[in-house]
Amino acid sequence: MIEKTANKKAWLFVTPVVALVAFNALIPLMTVVNYSVQETFGDNVFFWEGVKWFEQVLNSERFHESFLRQMAFTGMILVIQVPLGIAVALTMPRKGPWVSVCLVLMALPLLIPWNVVGAMWNIFALPDAGLLGRMINGLGIDYNFTQQPVAAWLTTVVMDVWHWTSLVVLLAYAGLRSIPDAYYQAAKIDGASAWAVFRHIQLPKMKHVLTIAILLRFMDSFMIYTEPFVLTGGGPGNTTTFLSIDLVKIALGQFDLGPAAAMSLIYFLVVLLVCWVFYTLMMRSEKQ
Amino acid sequence: MKTYKWLVPTLYILFLMLPIYWLLNMSFKTTNEILGVFSLWPQDITLDNYAKIFTDPTWYNGYLNSIAYVVINTVISVSVALPAAYAFSRYRFLGDKHLFFWLLTNRMAPPAVFALPFFQLYSAIGLFDTHIAVALAHCLFNIPLAVWILEGFMSGVPKELDETAYLDGYSFWRFFFKIFMPTIAAGIGVAAFFCFMYSWVELLLAKTLTSVAAKPIAATMTRTASTAGYELGLLAAAGTLTIFPGAFVIYFVRNYIAKGFALGRV
Repeated sequence: MIEKTANKKAWLFVTPVVALVAFNALIPLMTVVNYSVQETFGDNVFFWEGVKWFEQVLNSERFHESFLRQMAFTGMILVIQVPLGIAVALTMPRKGPWVSVCLVLMALPLLIPWNVVGAMWNIFALPDAGLLGRMINGLGIDYNFTQQPVAAWLTTVVMDVWHWTSLVVLLAYAGLRSIPDAYYQAAKIDGASAWAVFRHIQLPKMKHVLTIAILLRFMDSFMIYTEPFVLTGGGPGNTTTFLSIDLVKIALGQFDLGPAAAMSLIYFLVVLLVCWVFYTLMMRSEKQ
Repeated sequence: MKTYKWLVPTLYILFLMLPIYWLLNMSFKTTNEILGVFSLWPQDITLDNYAKIFTDPTWYNGYLNSIAYVVINTVISVSVALPAAYAFSRYRFLGDKHLFFWLLTNRMAPPAVFALPFFQLYSAIGLFDTHIAVALAHCLFNIPLAVWILEGFMSGVPKELDETAYLDGYSFWRFFFKIFMPTIAAGIGVAAFFCFMYSWVELLLAKTLTSVAAKPIAATMTRTASTAGYELGLLAAAGTLTIFPGAFVIYFVRNYIAKGFALGRV
């Protein structure tokens, strides 16, 4: 850790960043707060409504359902992606020409525009023209993600695993590379099993980067919008309508600005709370 | 057991490549072939889909628009993040920790929350449907990310470097540009890569803030998918072309990419 010196002029260095981010964050956020406590019928005429919208959103079945769906989705994503990512990182070559090949190929899905990811999986999973759809139907399983809720869910989850597991792989791999060879040699002399090496050398070294991985995966999967929107449109019915999709439906589709704003704030606070917990944990582990 | 270790990454990469292959395969087929016969590779290779994209201005302008706002955003984000990250990595000042966390909270804000207010804000100041509007809007999450990554890389540079430079009579800015920036060149490259990446893949805000003049390629694709009754071949070709810029920039940062994802903190 660097010993930092007190310097009030440092504020000059951060002013441009603060100005730009504040312009983008504070003005829109205040707009949302404004809408969340008022009713408007257009023409810039507002009526005070207090916490009515918040009560309405918190008591609505629709919000409960999309919130639970979101939690289930994020939970499944973390449970699959983190172990899978660690497994791939552990088995990746540590040196040689294959390292670059692996890294570039694995990072590729991360750089594809999110709606292209959705469109690609749509084409890939189509029951008649898609490779995946054909394969599953060929095995004798009736599969159509545009009509069956379970199939839609599974396709969305597999798509996200395809899209983001590499992030966990890259982070875990970066952590593994920071382990000096001497550690492994010492373990070998002691006759440590593969599990013991993982448990006592590799996992502790990866702890910090894995916290970052879980934080990023939680954040991004909780905000997911474009990919499932393009893949399933939130359907069939409402079965893959996650929080962001629901929010955009209410705000831009139905133009119910009050409830949408109240929902936005609740949504943002949930993300913030979880991230704060992670951030605190991360900073603590960094100090050690 | 040990000799079969390569199987895991190989199978994983195969899983990653399959949908991409299918997209590529579709892009060389005619609509008739896609709907008529099922085949693992194009029977009758056609370049019509690509030809259409390169000759129709609504298509190729989409690419130019996307690249324009992505580049503007990357330049703005990295240049303002550099001094800020230096301040966070070297100095203690009033509210530094709170400020750092506040910046990060903006990376955590769901874009869906900001879509409508952004539309109103940028319409009000007359920037709606311009490249600069999208570039500025993407600063919301890219600046915090750039600060976070750069701060990680800068914290890895010992402070003695700064002090030696001052003893040698360097002014602060001369030191910063001539010595410090070359030292963390890899970090700057990685931060620029991540700004490029997140601005390139984002669609919700880019679509909300544009209509015609600055419409991103991704939005052009969405329109085709919904109005033209699924021209799958064309859609696949357009999708394939969006993969190349990403593949191109990954190649340059391949040796640092893992460290970059760890935000410079390995």
